[in-house]
Amino acid sequence: MKQFTALYTTIDQTTKTTAKVSALAQYFDTAPEDDKLWTIALFSGRRPRRAITTTRLREWAAERAGIPLWLFEESYPIVGDLAETIALVLPPPEAGHDDSLTTWITRLRGLDKAEEETRKSAVLDAWNRMQATERMVFNKLLTGGFRVGVSRKLMTRALAGSTGQDEAELAHRLMGDWTPETTTWAALIEAPDTGAQASRPYPFCLAYGLEDGPETLGNPTDWLAEWKWDGIRGQAIIRDGQHFIWSRGEDLMTDRFPDLAPLSDYLPQGTVLDGEIVAWDGTAPMPFNALQKRIGRKTVPKKLLQEAPVILLAYDLLEDAGHDLRQQPFSARRARLDALLADLPQNAPLRPSAPIAFDTWEGLAETRAKARDHRAEGLMLKRLDSPYHTGRKKGDWWKWKLDPLTIDAVMIYAQQGHGRRANLFTDFTFAVRHGNDLVPFTKAYSGLTDAEFRKITSWVRKNTQQRFGPVRQVTPEHVFEIAFEGIHESPRHKSGVALRFPRMKRWRHDKPVDEANTLDDLHQMLAQYG
Amino acid sequence: MVLEFKPQGIYCPAGDFFIDPWQPVDRALITHGHADHARPGHTRYLATHAAGPVMRHRLGEITLDGMAYGETRQIGEAKVSFHPAGHVPGSAQIRVEVGGEVWVVSGDYKTAPDRLCAAFEPIKCHSFITECTFGLPVFTWPSEDQIAQEINTWWAANSAQGRFSLLGAYSLGKAQRVLSLLDPSIGPILTHGAVENTNAVLRGQGLPLPETIHVTPDLHPKDHPGAMIVAPPGALGSTWARRFRPAATGFASGWMRLRGVRRRRAADRGFVISDHADWPALNEAIKATSAENIYVTHGYTDIFARWLNTQGYNAQVVPTEFTGDTLEEGAGA
Repeated sequence: MKQFTALYTTIDQTTKTTAKVSALAQYFDTAPEDDKLWTIALFSGRRPRRAITTTRLREWAAERAGIPLWLFEESYPIVGDLAETIALVLPPPEAGHDDSLTTWITRLRGLDKAEEETRKSAVLDAWNRMQATERMVFNKLLTGGFRVGVSRKLMTRALAGSTGQDEAELAHRLMGDWTPETTTWAALIEAPDTGAQASRPYPFCLAYGLEDGPETLGNPTDWLAEWKWDGIRGQAIIRDGQHFIWSRGEDLMTDRFPDLAPLSDYLPQGTVLDGEIVAWDGTAPMPFNALQKRIGRKTVPKKLLQEAPVILLAYDLLEDAGHDLRQQPFSARRARLDALLADLPQNAPLRPSAPIAFDTWEGLAETRAKARDHRAEGLMLKRLDSPYHTGRKKGDWWKWKLDPLTIDAVMIYAQQGHGRRANLFTDFTFAVRHGNDLVPFTKAYSGLTDAEFRKITSWVRKNTQQRFGPVRQVTPEHVFEIAFEGIHESPRHKSGVALRFPRMKRWRHDKPVDEANTLDDLHQMLAQYG
Repeated sequence: MVLEFKPQGIYCPAGDFFIDPWQPVDRALITHGHADHARPGHTRYLATHAAGPVMRHRLGEITLDGMAYGETRQIGEAKVSFHPAGHVPGSAQIRVEVGGEVWVVSGDYKTAPDRLCAAFEPIKCHSFITECTFGLPVFTWPSEDQIAQEINTWWAANSAQGRFSLLGAYSLGKAQRVLSLLDPSIGPILTHGAVENTNAVLRGQGLPLPETIHVTPDLHPKDHPGAMIVAPPGALGSTWARRFRPAATGFASGWMRLRGVRRRRAADRGFVISDHADWPALNEAIKATSAENIYVTHGYTDIFARWLNTQGYNAQVVPTEFTGDTLEEGAGA
């Protein structure tokens, strides 16, 4: 545990990528194998199951610190992190320990079924044996959400350096539904890769946003264009008589989309597709709103299955007859994909995402302008001779999105952020004008610079009219340009609309409140783009 | 009321003076030289002898009268004295007695001793006006020795790797406190002009500071390998700091207790050093005054007042315009 905490501290104390990778590599060179396995698991989002509710942790921490619970709760938003708040309020430890990360995790898992008193005394005992940072790490194990300044890519790079393995191959090995309980260091990292796991997905190839026009990309004939669908990126795996659907965030979504079960009827064993899961009305995608209702539901009620059936719009073929095609040129993969999908019946929950023919970049720009009519966010551009990369690589895949929709709105509520943004007001509610009223219609959290957040924070402190718990009602004085990707009807919201990906594009210092947009403007956008 | 809260600041009607006013007044009693307490434009200033040189340095030509710690002076109907606050050299709490009723204005204070300030002295009173910059139970400070060890270990490690150590510390108080903790055997100590000017003033008063080298435009960083450079927080990340490469950067502030703040600073290290009282110290200091009425200013006032009320005090929040140490400014503290 001390070694892991030291690693955490080193990573936390530096902003330099090279320093982080070298700290990780050193850890992988020296830590025991079971600890290394847990570290990989934790840094790739595989946390141990939560054995104790955060409610109990708060109560126990306040009790141990000798403070009332309300005082703990007031401190939490200021610190911005629960695990850290607990670590900070507790009195200094009275004892020590020499147990490893794995020992502690195993101990925590053992508490899963224990009586509450047993859990409490185990947690209090742990807190009493650890210094502040170690406590915080321990609390993170309890509460989950182990987010540190290390991306998965960075961790994989360090691991590749330490083990001498190829980075892309390692990334593939680390995919899928393993946990430290179901595998070993030797099996996961060192054994010859037999591809033993039927469910294991490939790392997704990710695109960069095209900032300028496509003219810099060279000859149009080197490229394939297709719509950038507004759905959920998914990888469909047909192997060993089973099928698996993975999200880009490596969630296994098979059970959430029972509509895709027939895939295994239409595709041969040893097939892996990359595509977009969209709600489908029989001929075209439905608005993202329809799909939204299904996200986050483990099981889908029948009514929803009928109202918003999904299909996979496939755009790449990663495995064919059990062979990894990723190093073949995209044109060849795409040709094979089209051949595979050529004779599917109309009602199959699977279709190719059709390429868009174009001769010139100007012509393609005109097509892109019509993306919203096709329920697309813009275009994808993929180089025809490119391999299927691991992760984000500049140059071969580009997303060329539409410019966002925008509206000028008035800030009416503000709330403090968490983590890195604790103590700054970063979460705002915006309103449009309606007669003499202001009607709230969206929240937004991002888009301003740190300097702007500091400025608005200091303003909010001086211009708070009323407090509702952590939320402050502020003087309606500042206008912001809100950018968003889509708009749809929402009976749950007072304004009657909900936005997709709202963010603050600009602080309109130049605009007084009476020049902000109105509810009528908003409804007009709904009629046009909804 | 011995003291009242007016738009200009804390006012004593019996003596017709203000304490740390934020608008120009005739007569101002000043707790210490930080800019949000010692503002320009008052007709007459009264402060401790020890606070005087820094105030003159910062405010220029002012009409300033000085008093020793513990000395008593009659101003109108009020009896006034200054007592060590342990915040920065020369800082004071101000005791005001009128007709047997005693009020104390804490100014900014720190009860734990350091190597430069006169040690904080608890004063019995009926009403205590206290700051609570760090009035939350998450704020507790490590000991002076532990901080010294952390900074020197960091400096030595940077030095061994051929890097400069750039440490951001507020130029009055924090910077000198940091200097007093450094082990000069590790390497040379360089200072930014803003820090060095204050050093000169405080050295002139006899404060024991280690030898420092002022960073002037013609200074060659290469002549001072492995140096520790102490600069105001604002200078870090500026073109001024860029001459020192490669460098590890650090900040010295009580806010560094919070990871979120540390990360936002984008410094390599945060050292938890504050010239304010931490949570246990605030509570002990208030208890030691035996005061019944507690007026809290400057910090997490709502929360802290609520806490004090649950502890049996009659506590209320005083609106203030002190800003220097709030989190969004982040510099002092």
